[in-house]
Amino acid sequence: MSIVTVQLGQCGNQIGFEVFDALFSDSHCTQGLCSKRENEAYRSSCKERFFNEEENGVPIARAVLVDMEPKVINQTLSKAVQSSRWKYGQRSCFCQKQGSGNNWAYGYSVHGPRHEESVMNLIQKEVEKCDSLGGFFIIMSMAGGTGSGLGTFITQNLQDQYSSSLKMNHIIWPYGTGEVIVQNYNSILTLSHLYRSSDALLVHENDAVHKICAKLMNIKQISFNNINQVIAHQLGSVFQPTYSEEGSFHYRRNPLGIDWQVQPPLSRLPTLGKRSLSEQLRFNTSIANLVVLRGKDVHSADVAGFKDPALYTSWLGPDNAFNVWKTQRAFSKYEKSAALVSNSQFLVKPLDMIVSKAWNMFASKAYIHQYTKFGIEEEDFLDSFTLLEQVVASYCNL
Amino acid sequence: MEEGVVNEILQGPLRDVFDSKQLITDISGSGNNWAVGHKVFGHLYQEQILEKLRKSAEHCDCLQCFFVIHSMGGGTGSGLGTFLLKVLEDEFPEVYRFVTSIYPSGEDDVITSPYNSILAMKELNEHADCVLPVDNQSLFDIISKIDLMVNSGKLGTTVKPKSLVTSSAGAFKKRQEKPFDAMNNIVANLLLNLTSSARFEGSLNMDLNEISMNLVPFPQLHYLVSSLTPLYTLADVNIPPRRLDQMFSDAFSKDHQLIQADPKHSLYLACALMVRGNVQISDLRRNIERLKPSLQFVSWNQEGWKTSLCSVPPVGHCHSLLALANNTCVKPTFMDLRERFTRLYKKKAHLHHYLQIEGMEESCFSEALSSLSALIQEYSQLDATKSMPVEDLPRLSVAV
Repeated sequence: MSIVTVQLGQCGNQIGFEVFDALFSDSHCTQGLCSKRENEAYRSSCKERFFNEEENGVPIARAVLVDMEPKVINQTLSKAVQSSRWKYGQRSCFCQKQGSGNNWAYGYSVHGPRHEESVMNLIQKEVEKCDSLGGFFIIMSMAGGTGSGLGTFITQNLQDQYSSSLKMNHIIWPYGTGEVIVQNYNSILTLSHLYRSSDALLVHENDAVHKICAKLMNIKQISFNNINQVIAHQLGSVFQPTYSEEGSFHYRRNPLGIDWQVQPPLSRLPTLGKRSLSEQLRFNTSIANLVVLRGKDVHSADVAGFKDPALYTSWLGPDNAFNVWKTQRAFSKYEKSAALVSNSQFLVKPLDMIVSKAWNMFASKAYIHQYTKFGIEEEDFLDSFTLLEQVVASYCNL
Repeated sequence: MEEGVVNEILQGPLRDVFDSKQLITDISGSGNNWAVGHKVFGHLYQEQILEKLRKSAEHCDCLQCFFVIHSMGGGTGSGLGTFLLKVLEDEFPEVYRFVTSIYPSGEDDVITSPYNSILAMKELNEHADCVLPVDNQSLFDIISKIDLMVNSGKLGTTVKPKSLVTSSAGAFKKRQEKPFDAMNNIVANLLLNLTSSARFEGSLNMDLNEISMNLVPFPQLHYLVSSLTPLYTLADVNIPPRRLDQMFSDAFSKDHQLIQADPKHSLYLACALMVRGNVQISDLRRNIERLKPSLQFVSWNQEGWKTSLCSVPPVGHCHSLLALANNTCVKPTFMDLRERFTRLYKKKAHLHHYLQIEGMEESCFSEALSSLSALIQEYSQLDATKSMPVEDLPRLSVAV
């Protein structure tokens, strides 16, 4: 079962590299805390999932790299080659010269149609190399122009062309105090459009990850490398092979096929660490939760705390809403590790903030001319606002 | 439109950098007359200009931006320069037009500079995507400050002798009373830092089209105040965070601005920080948090920061910062210009030099004046919102 990753824009490509690196490092880790046969099965499952085999044995990531300016892709490709452990396919990238100027409209309405065929062809090629396609993992940021605009366009295309495959968008939520001034506009346009075409939106907030680096990891001078590595680490702990319930020798669980019963949700990964239950969950209603446990004593782990009905809605009790995947093989040398993927009210506040700021800016019509220039009209903005207000209201009413 | 300066460039140390076929000169100059530059020479050289532009554009895989560099107070730069803007807009409508304009200072020796400037302003309002105004007085003050630093040899703060800020391109030229070379060097640095993220790698890139996208909330309000740091640098390489923070503080001090203005006491519409060197995202965020409380942002853009991180610092420095602000503090500059214009225009002084040029009428002047007044009015309206409390507007209510 294989997953094809699409990396879009500077953020998507920078993170994508770290993700593959983390996956590779972990799968080749010798301290798996399990039997050799177990380790072998784990490694080959991971390999099949994320890498392709080349003749000389160097694994090639199952990825398509897309960016509208060349610098980042070139950097990403050479970093992979330099590590000489794995690399990207030579012809797996699509690149232009001009960039998207942080303009969602430009990414969606200009770059999208213009480069649709080229990008979809690359993805098609990658899909053909898979024996069995598990789905697509699309890494993008919301604040910029390429990741957000072109990413949305490509996701819609994937929906049309591969309607029976799962699509999970990995979205980077920008820092609250600006990286990009029009980030709120770009964000609401992205989210509202993705809601209609994506199956799941996995969110990482820059602010939250920054706090992890500062408070939990005590890094003094935090760089984007640090941030991306934390994100990659969290993703790896969820995406690496885990047992399916039936057989213990088959890593079957499709991380993209997390059963979300309702509308495409916004889910979030909090911190890693020793298995511990956070009490804050009591104030936060969840639609569904998934806990992934890896390492020692995994089968005797007590997850009763997650099954408390108070955590869940009245229409979906813990029996259906809560899932746990257990694997004995340790992740990244951690003796025990746990990851929580949650579809809950965690993200209501940030979403509400973004909608609020975008709305205030929209009321003054600031920057709108930059979008209407490329075909995104005020109506499109209003549609986006309406949809997201509904999402906020729906989650609040849980 | 006269040969002296161009010839000097072609004989100077950078002669190989310029393509000698890509130049247009005339003999007599424009006589500090915008009308001569715009109407006479514009008409005369339009075809040639177009031809040479097209030729240059053909060499580009992907043409993104034009840089127009000129002064506002003279005749050629001001008149022909703004004529060129219109040509660029018509011929290459999708390519950005960034203009670096030298505005006349208070003590300016060209009597007709107010006329030239106002007439040029109208063109900048209508045909430029982004204008970076610079004035000579600010540049002069900066150079004086550097000289002071170098000569006093303050402990711990020295200018690196080979650093980009102090090296003068025309080293063989005598240091005049007004050291234009050093001053121009500052403007050159502005353009260098502006394009650094597009030329070099970094963890958060910023292209020129992003400058326009983020800093121009309304088409008319595209005048950006720039400030550069450091103007002097520390001798040691490992700079502890405190000194790094000083760089950010400096960028918001009046001493480092390339135009006389007071952004701290005016209203910010948007602000961009372009950092070069070994600076990480946490340093950037820490400083934004630190400086934010002392700056006033417009109500709909309370967190209006655009940031970029480029890994490669300028030659001779460990890191540098270019701050571009779209701020209502440019209003006094424009009002001052209008004042000087009105003083001349009321008396019809020197007007005949302009009106005798074919195509020039009094309406050109009055239109230019009203264009500027409209711009000033827009800034005033924004200023009026400065002390109003920031309220969240009522949101859409939806049925669930």
